[in-house]
Amino acid sequence: MNIIGLYNYWIVVVLMLIGFFIVIAHENLIKKLVGLSIFQTSVFFLYISMGKVAGATAPILDENYQLYSNPLPHVLILTAIVVGIATTAMGLALVVRIYEAYGSIEESDIQVQDNNDRLEDYLEAYGHKNDTHLFNQDKDE
Amino acid sequence: MSDLFAVVMLSGIYSLLSASLFLDLDAVDVAFTEASVGAGISTLLFLATLKLVPRYEKKSRYKPTLALGVVIATGALLIYGTLDMPHFGEADAPVHQHVAPRYLNDSMNEVGIPNVVTSILASYRGYDTLGETLVIFTAGIGVLSLLMVSRRTKEKALQKVPADMQNQIILRVVAKMMLPLILIFALYVQFHGDYGPGGGFQAGVIFAAGIILYTMLFGLSLTQKVIKTEVVERLTAFGVLLYAGVGIACMLLGGNFLDYNVLRHDPVHGQHLGILLVELGVGITVAAVMITLFFKFTWRTVKHKYNQ
Repeated sequence: MNIIGLYNYWIVVVLMLIGFFIVIAHENLIKKLVGLSIFQTSVFFLYISMGKVAGATAPILDENYQLYSNPLPHVLILTAIVVGIATTAMGLALVVRIYEAYGSIEESDIQVQDNNDRLEDYLEAYGHKNDTHLFNQDKDE
Repeated sequence: MSDLFAVVMLSGIYSLLSASLFLDLDAVDVAFTEASVGAGISTLLFLATLKLVPRYEKKSRYKPTLALGVVIATGALLIYGTLDMPHFGEADAPVHQHVAPRYLNDSMNEVGIPNVVTSILASYRGYDTLGETLVIFTAGIGVLSLLMVSRRTKEKALQKVPADMQNQIILRVVAKMMLPLILIFALYVQFHGDYGPGGGFQAGVIFAAGIILYTMLFGLSLTQKVIKTEVVERLTAFGVLLYAGVGIACMLLGGNFLDYNVLRHDPVHGQHLGILLVELGVGITVAAVMITLFFKFTWRTVKHKYNQ
């Protein structure tokens, strides 16, 4: 079996993994979004490369051509790109709001603040309003 | 790389390169969209966000070993999964056997426009496109509600906000010369989408890019004189309503939802009219949403800068 003809899928897989790695390994929210958009383009490549027919031309009908690439993936991906930017913009707006609320766009900073808030709530519920030093030690570590 | 500015610029270049790759794979409409959306608007929105958040990434405390392991395991599984796939460029792959031949062979008689991508987008799969226009509209609403800036702040800011690039004479002169061309090109892409690559999505983005270029160089207050925020915000809904309205008009005339054949006496003429109106609806919504998004991010920056 000749497996070299599958190279388009391998490029897609590599791109997808690069995007995936950025999303899970980086803590910066902007970088996560960039990784997500790389992930997204890898899916676009998967669809478009599947629609390609060797020796064919773009699917705009003309008497001089007989063989066209598959137009259906083009339609799906065209709309997906525009929807992708709309959702990315939504993500960016969330990042802006997160920065305004937490003063940071690093995931670990946000988590530390959230944990502290929760601890503070517990302490307050048990009547230890002024014992904040209890958890400030953890934060310094 | 910890400088996010460089990351964003590189991802813009990556988008442009992938647009040329799409072109090579015969997907002209997709290449067009990727070039205008990925390399243009997307990079711009990332940069607008970078103005609001810190530019440098903090050094991570964690080692990425575990993430790398997960990624490699997933990759191995995916590569194993590709072994059964049809080869690249094969004409008898399963993808090409289902509905694609029908679109390619019959769309000229049924819809009557040469660009098959447009006829599938606006006619055969009109429901899909309506749904996607709705998603764009919803995302626009979401950003609107997330990044609200009160009218009072705006009025206060309008008097004292200068355009950041006031001194860039060359940029301003060149932009002034290019602006009408960009807008006319957007209209050309909009109405020539039946015959060549293009259509509502691309035209909307290009039109918005023209307006955004103007806003960047001449400031929000000047742009607001021409393009009222309220009007743009209403236009986002108008595009979707125009699209759905065409569908309902088809129903009133005795056809199915989005079945353009009944719009005129001749089915093919009906298809032409329907596609024209639907693409216009898409174009209006996309342009209005993109302009709104940029305005919202810019207002947020203004709020941070001048309203502490």
